[in-house]
Amino acid sequence: MAKRVALFATCLVDSLFPEAGIATAKLLSRLGYAVEFPSPQVCCGQMHINTGYLAEAAAIVRNHVESFEAYDAIVAPSGSCVASVRHQHALVARHISDERLARRAEAVASRTWELSEFIVDVVGTTEVGAYFPHRVTYHPSCHSLRLLKVADRPMRLLEQVEGIRLVELASAETCCGFGGTFSVKNPEVSSAMLADKMAAVMASGAEFCTAGDSSCLMHIGGGLSRLKTRVKTLHLAQILASTKEES
Amino acid sequence: MGEGLLFGEGDFPTRARHALADGQLRANLGAATTTIRERRAAAVGEVADWEELRSAGARIKDGSLAALDEMLVDFEEKFSASGGVVHWARDAQEANAIIVDLLNRSGAAEVVKVKSMTTQEIGLNEALAEAGIVAWETDLAELIVQLSADRPSHFLVPAIHRNRDEIRHIFQDHIPGIGTGLGNDPAELTAAARSYLRDKFLAAEVAISGANFAVAETGTLGVVESEGNGRMCLTLPRMLISVVGVEKVVPRWEDVGTLFQLLPRSSTAERMNPYTSTWSGVTPSDGPSEVHVVLLDNGRTNALADPVGKEALRCIRCSACLNVCPVYERVGGHAYGSVYPGPIGAVITPYLAGVETVASLPFASTLCGACYEVCPVKIDIPSLLVDLRAKHVAEANRKPLRSSEKVVMSALAWVMADAKRWQLVNRLGPLLGKLTRYRWARLAPLIGRWTENREPPVPPAHTLRNWRNNHQGLGEGMRHE
Repeated sequence: MAKRVALFATCLVDSLFPEAGIATAKLLSRLGYAVEFPSPQVCCGQMHINTGYLAEAAAIVRNHVESFEAYDAIVAPSGSCVASVRHQHALVARHISDERLARRAEAVASRTWELSEFIVDVVGTTEVGAYFPHRVTYHPSCHSLRLLKVADRPMRLLEQVEGIRLVELASAETCCGFGGTFSVKNPEVSSAMLADKMAAVMASGAEFCTAGDSSCLMHIGGGLSRLKTRVKTLHLAQILASTKEES
Repeated sequence: MGEGLLFGEGDFPTRARHALADGQLRANLGAATTTIRERRAAAVGEVADWEELRSAGARIKDGSLAALDEMLVDFEEKFSASGGVVHWARDAQEANAIIVDLLNRSGAAEVVKVKSMTTQEIGLNEALAEAGIVAWETDLAELIVQLSADRPSHFLVPAIHRNRDEIRHIFQDHIPGIGTGLGNDPAELTAAARSYLRDKFLAAEVAISGANFAVAETGTLGVVESEGNGRMCLTLPRMLISVVGVEKVVPRWEDVGTLFQLLPRSSTAERMNPYTSTWSGVTPSDGPSEVHVVLLDNGRTNALADPVGKEALRCIRCSACLNVCPVYERVGGHAYGSVYPGPIGAVITPYLAGVETVASLPFASTLCGACYEVCPVKIDIPSLLVDLRAKHVAEANRKPLRSSEKVVMSALAWVMADAKRWQLVNRLGPLLGKLTRYRWARLAPLIGRWTENREPPVPPAHTLRNWRNNHQGLGEGMRHE
């Protein structure tokens, strides 16, 4: 029987970028997993936590823990949301003095993986049978890079994609300027950071800019389409899920 | 609470907006921070056990902070026993009053200064000017800032916002006797400053410094620097006054060895800084015959009492976090409104001055984490920023009127804590998506500012969970539905 894995879609993917979630599910199925979508799931609460609304986030964290604690493996197409689960959920529970919830959150966190981590470390492969004949540049999102330390896992996966041409992104490790509510509270600074990121993406000559986070891609993609460029943003899961048969 | 030059008029977003409009500033900062970043990475890359060193640095500072009460008394005892005089200042005003009083008694009308963040923090130059005393900054970059009646915008490179042409103009306008022939070559500019400062060093009766560290077991103060101006100030005048934050004390002399492996590489990307001066009280017939230290609180004990915020007191003022910060790189130090800018400034300032005094600072970050990655004493700046944001929200919740942000965030939390509510709201998605295509909808407070430079995402016809409900192969939840 296939091993079971829970898809933690994240609220952003569920509501605005379902294709990234569908791709994650297809990819994991192809790798031999029975993918389940726990219906009560909504959000990790990161936006509330990072804006200072810890007490309000507690109910979101509780819902997340209750949605996923029955699963042995939980996979999300987001470095940022996995980082929140790992580094913030127990903190939020302790903020409302709920030690029991904190322990449960820690248990869920210990079984939660970002997509590239899961494929490379748990599935144990970098070859996922993908085909994507395009020029692609990879933006290492800050939280997957610095909080999860996924390092070169996404690149190792991309390098194995058939037909792909990976092009270098200048100052790749510099933040795109999204920062959740930062982009609303400091829109001008955020735009200035975005402008530099977009310039690097366009200079790379890529047709697609990919990343492991839909939030960063929403920001970069929103800017690129406002500039009427032809460069598209695409979640890492969507590239890895693409096959020759489908193209 | 801390006071002095920890906060200015307005908030971060407003000051940042003005800074962004200055193309020259952005070019200067971009060039300078890129260079320093690359050099630092190379200098740190040479050290095989850098991560262990960082942990050791953090441990030393944490240990010092945990026993600060005893160590400060030890320091006072040792420093006094060798002829130094220890003064205690609760805040900027007390510190300035102590120094003005010492200077008035000495009869000095001029002092030379070693570059010092702490004296900037307390606004010492302004206080001295009020008392009719002239203070000469002798660090090259501080001199540039002082001559142009500017403010420092960086810990280490206070004139980082200036390029060499601007500096040439500042020197031509403000240093007597400099003609229009002055070039913009760094060596030539430095020579001009050197000859200007030489007379000040030789004439000064009193010098004022900060300190990079204080050692409890030996009663020693130390300053690290690159230009040798500090050594001149610390040795030539008759009297020396040092303003030192209480968090600078470490227990043992050997602890300095660890911090010295971390500081220069993080700060100037050097293996070792050119000049290190230490003094323990007075040494007869060698250096100043009268030595004072003003141990400054100015909000530090508030930070120390905060279980999360005390981590900020580990800071050794290296400025590595400023150089890697994508926000700092684009807006510069002045946008922070505090003498402590950048990521560490956005945490130190509110912990010292109180978060409500500088409430916009903790939000001046995308939480990208580049600062934490380079911090030589492993200060988890992003987590401290989130802690301060939570403190600000908790304060705002005490006010009778709820902010619009609070209303929106509470409503969202209610929706996001339950999948059924979430689904209901998501049905409105396609409708909201259509609305954002109209120009008038972009006037809405949140959507409007975001869509100025970014196309909003168009909500799909079906959410992921709708898709799931209509497809085989993606299983249902185990315990629900």
